[in-house]
Amino acid sequence: MGPARQAAMLSKKEKELIADIWESLTPVAEDIGADALLRMFASYPGTKTYFSHLDISPRSAHLLSHGKKIVLAIAEGAQDIGQLTVTLAPLQTLHAYQLRIDPTNFKLFSHCMLVALACHMGEDFTPVAHAAMDKYLSAFAAVLSEKYR
Amino acid sequence: MVQWTDFERATIQDIFSKMDYETVGPAALSRCLVVYPWTQRYFGNFGNLYNAAAIMGNPLVAKHGQTILYSLERGVKNMDNLKDTYAELSVLHSEKLRVDPDNFKLLTDCLTIVVASRMGKAFTGEVQAALQKFLAVVVSALGRQYH
Repeated sequence: MGPARQAAMLSKKEKELIADIWESLTPVAEDIGADALLRMFASYPGTKTYFSHLDISPRSAHLLSHGKKIVLAIAEGAQDIGQLTVTLAPLQTLHAYQLRIDPTNFKLFSHCMLVALACHMGEDFTPVAHAAMDKYLSAFAAVLSEKYR
Repeated sequence: MVQWTDFERATIQDIFSKMDYETVGPAALSRCLVVYPWTQRYFGNFGNLYNAAAIMGNPLVAKHGQTILYSLERGVKNMDNLKDTYAELSVLHSEKLRVDPDNFKLLTDCLTIVVASRMGKAFTGEVQAALQKFLAVVVSALGRQYH
């Protein structure tokens, strides 16, 4: 299923919910992003191989800045999910031709992002929010890997 | 045989000793049915699963969620022999219930999220990794007797 179709699977309510959640997280973008990355490195050590050029120890400047970058990109996409392919065009090129991160890793990161959200939001991370967020992150990852081949 | 570090053993015992089985089990199973609706295929005789509210309030789902968690507790008490602990349940899920084993991971992912939301900051990356490792071994044991 193409990424545009995936994004279309989100209802209007779900899109609003997702946009609201990410807007509220923008002030703590670097904490959420760094948390998700650290979780991924702890559970899936193979993912560390993409970061040999950075200091990814807890609370390191690199980790915080990288986490912030990722969360802000996800948050930006969430403000207009219908336009994901347009919003992410530069990142698509970056991931396809420079970073070339194996797309399986996007799933691992998405899972850790969901866990980070659960820890941060507690009960507010309801099953409905979880379902919507999982769908959004899947669509986001699919768009990101669109130019790979 | 799976090797457990002292940290992993202690973490698993700690998580489950503090866990409220009566609510976590139902929360995990109902979350799974909401987030991955195709899993509802195995619960055709559970009554109303029409929407999230119905699923979360369904007493049969709640009861089954508890059953699952009490079964996990057996694994917590037998971490060095998970294969044998779940052999019978593996046969049950394969021969009688005919559950696609890929679904087990969906449920354990939801359980991880439920535990995370309850533990908050205490659910560190290392704790998460330990829980995921335990659940992965249980899932593997449950898939063992499929043929």
